[in-house]
Amino acid sequence: MAPQASEAPRPAATDPSILRNFCIIAHIDHGKSTLADRMLQATGVLTPREMKNQYLDRMDIERERGITIKSQAVRMPWEVEGTAYALNMIDTPGHVDFTYEVSRSLAACEGALLLVDAAQGIEAQTLANLYLAMENDLTIIPVLNKIDLPAAQPEKYAEELANLIGVDPEDVLRVSGKTGEGVEELLDRIVRDLPEPQGMADAEPRAMIFDSVYDSYRGVVTYVRVVDGMLRPRQKIAMMSTGAEHELLEIGVISPEPKPTEGLGVGEVGYLITGVKDVRQSRVGDTVTDAKRPAPENLGGYEDPKPMVFSGLFPIDGSDYPILRDALDKLKLNDAALVYEPETSAALGFGFRVGFLGLLHLEIVRERLEREFNLELISTAPNVIYDIVAEDGTSMRVTNPSEFPEGKISTIEEPMVACTVIVPSEFIGAVMDLCQSRRGQMGGMDYLSQDRVELRYRMPLAEIVFDFFDQLKSRTRGYASLDWKLDGAQESDLVKVDILLQGERVDAFSAVTHRDNAYSYGTTMATRLRELIPRQQFEVPIQAAIGSRIIARENIRAIRKDVLSKCYGGDISRKRKLLEKQKEGKKRMKMVGRVEVPQEAFIAALSSGEESKDKSKK
Amino acid sequence: MSPAQPTGDPAPADGLLPAGAGAEAAARTLSLYVHVPYCTVRCGYCDFNTYAAEEFSDGVGRLTYADDAVRELRFAAEVMERSGGLGRPLHTVFFGGGTPTRLPAEDLARILRTGVELFGIEDGAEVTTEANPDSVTREDLETLRDAGFTRVSFGMQSAVPRVLEVLDRTHTPANVPKVVDWAKELGLQTSVDLICGAPGETLEEWETSVRAAIGYAPDHISAYSLIVEPGTKLAAQIARGEHVPVDDDTQADMYQLADELFAGAGYHWYEISNWSTGPATRSRHNLAYWRNQDWWGIGPGAHSHVGGVRWWNLKHPLPYANRLREGVSPAAAREHLEAETRYTEEIMLGARIADGLPVERLRPAGREATGWLLGQGLIEAGELERGLVRLTLRGRLLGDAVVRELLAD
Repeated sequence: MAPQASEAPRPAATDPSILRNFCIIAHIDHGKSTLADRMLQATGVLTPREMKNQYLDRMDIERERGITIKSQAVRMPWEVEGTAYALNMIDTPGHVDFTYEVSRSLAACEGALLLVDAAQGIEAQTLANLYLAMENDLTIIPVLNKIDLPAAQPEKYAEELANLIGVDPEDVLRVSGKTGEGVEELLDRIVRDLPEPQGMADAEPRAMIFDSVYDSYRGVVTYVRVVDGMLRPRQKIAMMSTGAEHELLEIGVISPEPKPTEGLGVGEVGYLITGVKDVRQSRVGDTVTDAKRPAPENLGGYEDPKPMVFSGLFPIDGSDYPILRDALDKLKLNDAALVYEPETSAALGFGFRVGFLGLLHLEIVRERLEREFNLELISTAPNVIYDIVAEDGTSMRVTNPSEFPEGKISTIEEPMVACTVIVPSEFIGAVMDLCQSRRGQMGGMDYLSQDRVELRYRMPLAEIVFDFFDQLKSRTRGYASLDWKLDGAQESDLVKVDILLQGERVDAFSAVTHRDNAYSYGTTMATRLRELIPRQQFEVPIQAAIGSRIIARENIRAIRKDVLSKCYGGDISRKRKLLEKQKEGKKRMKMVGRVEVPQEAFIAALSSGEESKDKSKK
Repeated sequence: MSPAQPTGDPAPADGLLPAGAGAEAAARTLSLYVHVPYCTVRCGYCDFNTYAAEEFSDGVGRLTYADDAVRELRFAAEVMERSGGLGRPLHTVFFGGGTPTRLPAEDLARILRTGVELFGIEDGAEVTTEANPDSVTREDLETLRDAGFTRVSFGMQSAVPRVLEVLDRTHTPANVPKVVDWAKELGLQTSVDLICGAPGETLEEWETSVRAAIGYAPDHISAYSLIVEPGTKLAAQIARGEHVPVDDDTQADMYQLADELFAGAGYHWYEISNWSTGPATRSRHNLAYWRNQDWWGIGPGAHSHVGGVRWWNLKHPLPYANRLREGVSPAAAREHLEAETRYTEEIMLGARIADGLPVERLRPAGREATGWLLGQGLIEAGELERGLVRLTLRGRLLGDAVVRELLAD
């Protein structure tokens, strides 16, 4: 058995030559967290007794979804040939919404484990992150996980990995996070194969922030990788993007709980606490330096988070609006990418227009709001950013269909994405059909192995934000994997479709679609609403319109009987109470002109896309 | 008297009414309702407080009913007196059920006599009993007439045997004209009840029943849409798929057809479900309900309303009788109507009758709503000009919606 390090190297006094910084690139369910736990155990950082499953995933939602959305770093001692090394494992988010965070995590490492399920092979997002790691000149250690599974095909997928990174299939490690097989060998390989960090110990300090987490007791905990110089407690530091200065109240490493140290030197990875309360003051990608002796240049690569998908979030109970506001304010402390502004909808009342990095980000935020703050929310269909030039030459940026200009439009540009789909070859046709129906232009197709294909499309972002991934999964029996990245913008023939109830526009249902899809959106919504809105005392036309042109129409027939025919002495109290109840019910109705629409109808109309998703899963 | 009683405040054992109940009592009439909770069979649609049993225990049953009713009458007279001299001569009396004619006619006569002795009665007061066309005899009707009854309401429901069967009614349609004729010969006013929209009933079958009722030439016809109440046998049958309920649109067609046929035969609507040959043949007792007058309800489960207090008796005949025998009020619970509640009831009830609801009684938001209702064709333009809210035919079918608009805040 390979030895655990008898004496772990001391932080702040660790020579870079015995440091190894690495991350794990893996698809959601390929066993990254289990393997990470196994490494913590093998290095003695966690005793078996302390070990909880997936120790690194702290949040419930992450655990339930089996994904990691926030990276953290653990320092592990490991001895090879009598030398004690310090290994820093940096956990990376696995989802495309967090590509920027992934890129910063990669930038903090010299190497990456390419972890692939031996029963499934590589997935599109993993491939995308692998390319990102290779562009960053990271040393890649290919690892097949779950070799204990009966369905594992290690030979097949070792070959696939070997081809991708240009190594011999023999070099692909085979491990089982579940049984622990191969884990010690893997730790040895990390020490042997990965280069030591490079940096100037005497230079002005520079450390890159690769994660920033709000903790309600300690304030913001900032995770950094020191590149040059040394950071020490009580030091005055500066954030190079903003120039903001803070005092280092605490500095330390995680192993696996936070342990204060005398500092962090070149190549070391750890955390900082400055007492700030908002992750925006300590942004991922920023460079930390000494306030008195600042570095002349930052480490580069910093970007402001860019929300790409927007949705209106409204409390179902209007009186919850202040709770929603406070809840968003709290989430924002820990989520630098979350942006929002108040929005008022005639149909849904007071809420917020919220910008997200992507759909998963949206779902996570919504779920946290509902779970941690006990809110019941209704969200409008997500949309993207449109750059519009009116006929008179004025240009505007629209993130909400209701802001869509009424007048003549000269051009509209929408964001595009480059999509990669990896799928067994038998599903090529199904994927091509789907992508074409979503206005995709095929860029190319490559066989990764005999029966696995990578398809590349350029598509409007708007076409993948709603249910594309679910459709993709259902049409490929769950085999397809998807990755996408932004790929500029494109002029498109887009229109806004309004839904009118008795001539009154219902803002919550306005949508921007391609002209070819406008009719289908209009008829779908009109039919859905006809079924959901109760009959009124008068006929209610439901229309879908582009500007003043009606493209679809349905009618809700007038109700003809709404009276309790019998009302004698003994019925009066009961009938009055019924009436009072109806009056209360009426108050909860949303009025669209004279039409009473139950809140449930809005919710159902907006969420029936999700219902059909569920059905398709079954 | 529905089994689903409302919830209310506890009722005091002495039954005494609060001081405010006497206010303006002289301006209100006092009626008497007598609930007889006995039937030979329990009809499948019926959710009234009624029992097919003959006798419970402790000597409480159909044949002791009159004794207990008389006890409650005495109790009532005393409460009214002690609550500030609220007793007034009776404006109307109504025996309902159940099947009042399941009691010996002499029992009904005795109850009426006691009421008159205790409260007095207005000249020309209306005294009605409901009667089952199958079981009532000419002799019964004569006894009742002699005791002071002036009006009989026959439960006809339908002229179509298949529909009667769905409703669990046992009577033979042919009995109805016979009993109506007897009543007329005895100088009694007559009314027949129809039920519209029994499961599976067609518009044609309904028309048959309406024409039959008109053909018997009563003074008054009631026609109710069947309401399938939860907990009834019929509700269970529908839930099991044995019956298909008639949808609201068909019910509306049925109502319109009936109204048209009634009008053509000289019957004018004066309340959403009631038509009569003229003002003199309207049910004055029921009008007293819709006009928020005072009444005392005698019998198990009966509801009363005196001076802004509503209460309702214990439903089951046994505890009801035992309370009275101990000299304690048989009320289960009561509610004191606040100004807001009274307003709601006034509008809710007043809008149902053809006399109309004075616009001046409405609050500003309600007055404002009349414009919209007029535009929708739910209330009559001419009446509105005269300051009255009166439902149109369409408005009657949407009566509850109209009331909600009139009560808008």
